Amino acid sequence: MFSFTSIEIYQQFLLANQDGCKIAVNHYLSVIEANKQLNAFLEVYAQEALAQAADLDAKRAAGNRPLGKLHGVIVALKDVICYKDHKVSASSHILENYLSIYNATVVEKLLAEDAIIIGRNNCDEFAMGSSNENSAFGAVKNAFDETRVPGGSSGGSAVAVQAGMCMISLGSDTGGSVRQPADFCGIVGLKPTYGRISRYGLIAYASSFDQIGIFAANIDDAALALEIIAGNDAYDSTASQQIVPNYSTQLQSNKKYKIAYFTEALSNPALDKEIAASIRLFIEQLKADGHEVEPVTFELLNYIVPVYYVLTTAEASSNLSRFDGVKYGYRAPLTATDDLTEMYKKSRSQGFGKEVQRRIMLGTFVLSAGYYDAYFTKAQQVRRILSDTTTTIFKQFDAIIMPTVPTTAFKIGEKSTDPIEMFLADIYTVFANLVGIPAISVPLFKHSNGLPFGLQVLCSHFNELSLLSLSKRMLELKK
Amino acid sequence: MVVYDKYEAVIGLEVHAQLQTNSKLFCGDSIAFGALPNTQVSAITLGHPGTLPKTNKKAVEYAIKLGLACHCDIEKDNYFARKNYFYPDLPKGYQISQHTTPICKGGFVTIKTNGIQRNIQLNRIHIEEDAGKSIHDIYDDLSCIDLNRAGTALVEIVTEPDLYNSEEAYQYITELRRLLRWLHICDGNMEEGSLRCDANISVRIKGEKKLGTKVEVKNLNSIRNVKKAIDFEIKRMIEVLEANGTITQQTRSFDASNDTTFAIRDKEEANDYRYFPDPDLAPFHLSNEYIHQIKNALPALPQERMQQYQLQLGLSEYDAAQLCDEIATAEYFESVIAYSKHYKAIANWMFGPIKQQLNELNSSFEKISLLPKTLADLIEIVEEGKVNFSIASSRLLPILLKENIHPLTLAEKLNLIQVSNNSELEKWVDEVIAKMPDKVLEYKKGKKGLIGLFVGEVKKLSKGKADPQKVTVMLEEKLNKV
Repeated sequence: MFSFTSIEIYQQFLLANQDGCKIAVNHYLSVIEANKQLNAFLEVYAQEALAQAADLDAKRAAGNRPLGKLHGVIVALKDVICYKDHKVSASSHILENYLSIYNATVVEKLLAEDAIIIGRNNCDEFAMGSSNENSAFGAVKNAFDETRVPGGSSGGSAVAVQAGMCMISLGSDTGGSVRQPADFCGIVGLKPTYGRISRYGLIAYASSFDQIGIFAANIDDAALALEIIAGNDAYDSTASQQIVPNYSTQLQSNKKYKIAYFTEALSNPALDKEIAASIRLFIEQLKADGHEVEPVTFELLNYIVPVYYVLTTAEASSNLSRFDGVKYGYRAPLTATDDLTEMYKKSRSQGFGKEVQRRIMLGTFVLSAGYYDAYFTKAQQVRRILSDTTTTIFKQFDAIIMPTVPTTAFKIGEKSTDPIEMFLADIYTVFANLVGIPAISVPLFKHSNGLPFGLQVLCSHFNELSLLSLSKRMLELKK
Repeated sequence: MVVYDKYEAVIGLEVHAQLQTNSKLFCGDSIAFGALPNTQVSAITLGHPGTLPKTNKKAVEYAIKLGLACHCDIEKDNYFARKNYFYPDLPKGYQISQHTTPICKGGFVTIKTNGIQRNIQLNRIHIEEDAGKSIHDIYDDLSCIDLNRAGTALVEIVTEPDLYNSEEAYQYITELRRLLRWLHICDGNMEEGSLRCDANISVRIKGEKKLGTKVEVKNLNSIRNVKKAIDFEIKRMIEVLEANGTITQQTRSFDASNDTTFAIRDKEEANDYRYFPDPDLAPFHLSNEYIHQIKNALPALPQERMQQYQLQLGLSEYDAAQLCDEIATAEYFESVIAYSKHYKAIANWMFGPIKQQLNELNSSFEKISLLPKTLADLIEIVEEGKVNFSIASSRLLPILLKENIHPLTLAEKLNLIQVSNNSELEKWVDEVIAKMPDKVLEYKKGKKGLIGLFVGEVKKLSKGKADPQKVTVMLEEKLNKV
């Protein structure tokens, strides 16, 4: 019986097993099949994965070396990452049968290292949502408790790793869409620094916030995946030129860190008392391990959700204009009297779901003449202040810790009628996207209600090495 | 009777110039004109999900070049903005343009009308991408979209409302087009749409400070049509005002079939384009060094060179203007003057026989193979009287345009060296005088014009080799003595 603990151990297994990739693919296909009701996959590339497994097994048997760094690793992609000749729909009717005509840069990099892409994961439509209830293809269920949400927007990708349907998966994180579902599902969810990973081939939600993120069962796997998919890209001028360290071999678990936590974050009345208490207790544990942990006041906390929603919806309203029924994607059936405007209106009204429409309208409003300065310009100013404040904090500290989410996974349907309440649950995660720093949700805790939750760790720009090292140490402490 | 003189027109022009970059403004697709529809369209041009723009640095350099040539201030901190609107030939649903920070601000273009020089003030020059083409006349019930042009790099050059008649507009676009071609940044072809012009026109009573209601005229596909459209509009608006009508702010189109304009839409409530900085493109900073580098590499501009040619080389304004019409011509001229001081002769040769023969060969000064030194030598042997001009241009030049050979060697080989040796000339002169006693008599009676006939006869006799000046002198002397 195949079982997975880490990529390193799996690759040792492969060296000892001639048809190891085939065994692994078959295993994952059966787990996916057995967990169909979770609705984590929109499509499974069973035949392709098996064919590729056979190729890789043959390659190993023929003694071809070196093996790709992700040789045989089973990966799933959130349905917003373009994979040539495969469907990519952003979980939206407007792109329901759309086939991508090119590969995202991350897909090129995964394939170059011999990863096996096993399928595409359900998510909130256009990555807009915190519960995965906004998918045009049905909600995703949390494997811990199928009456609960897995979080969003990358809910399907989180559940795929949570339920052992793949080894790692890629999601996208615009305001917590990787960290929040990782928290709800009890796995590692990493959002690297803005620009660390090329966005080319990632269907945009809000361009200056979006970043591809990684779900993994452990820190080492996340580190390995990051070092492979990170780096500059001729196709993305916002991708950083900074050299990518070999994270997987450079993690240090004995370093002592200076860690800050925000007083306001832990005293937030919306924060579950038990989560707050667990984190306070863990702070003591960190201190006992030799780290310095200090409170810092952060008065801007209440501004970050409004600023986030003003700016991301503004960008989204423009980013989603290309889905117009003209060139590809859904075009509404028209009557003889319908003009061009009707074609746009009908196609977009029928093609986009309610949450996406809400955000397009919000974004259009904040960019419109007369409201622009009051909303968009103001929010940009606050974003700048947040960046400056964050820079100051990182002059004194190596890392910031805070909850990932104020609560554990909630019931399906529980919050879907109140968008504002749903927005407010993003209070801890949107911060990293507003200032562009790397952040991770580390699965450290279990609530008395039986559900897992994580601790969020944030470091300064391009300091993923510290972020991953510290996270690894935290997991060791909790063992 | 309408009193046109009571009014003055105020005109502003917006010119879009397609930059001659190898690829589009934000991706690697070709921009060649005339390709089959939708063949120069990558995923990026088509605005497929997940694609991102990447700025073509050459386009930025070209815009700076033009800005420097037009005396603009160059903006150092730039960003691209999105102009949001829906149209089928706009694949992303927004056009990447510049908004509050055009790369070039202010500046001017100098024109001359009726001998008076004036600087036409510019408002701005900015970079933006072109849209595709919507074609409505192929099918009755369908519109066709060709996205080959989508994403092509453009600069938009916007004047202040600083032009006052159609002649100024004509001169302005002519001068702007010369600059664009001079700098090799746009081919200036209005028929193919690589240079496009919209005119904003208003009229007001002379002396009035406030601008009248403006009309925007589009679809002007030649400089001549810009002029015609402006003339038509000015007349139309004055007639409306004289009839106590009011001008409606509207967009009009020029109809080249009858030189009139017609309304295409009334200016609805201004479109809200919701400009904001494009988050897919990092803001870009231009260093002083970079701008200086471009400035230093800029060729001397046409008006500057025209002045030099007149003041330093003593050429006429006409010759100087001809030489500076295209940079290839000016550059060729300058490469020849490195070997010869016969400036006027060089210009005459260039715009006389050389131009004519290049045309016949379907060639140009850009492609000319006649080495500057060879032309200088050719002019030298003509000036020295070794070969006469007509022989040099009709017999030597056609060969020299194809073969690299010294003109004197060629003339010797073809036995075309002019004879100025007195004894040889005298033989021919005497023979002609002897042959035409009647004419000599007439000449003696005062019909001095006949000298041309005698010279022509000598020329014929000598097969063109006789030095006509010497022959004339000799003939006059001898005829007077007869």
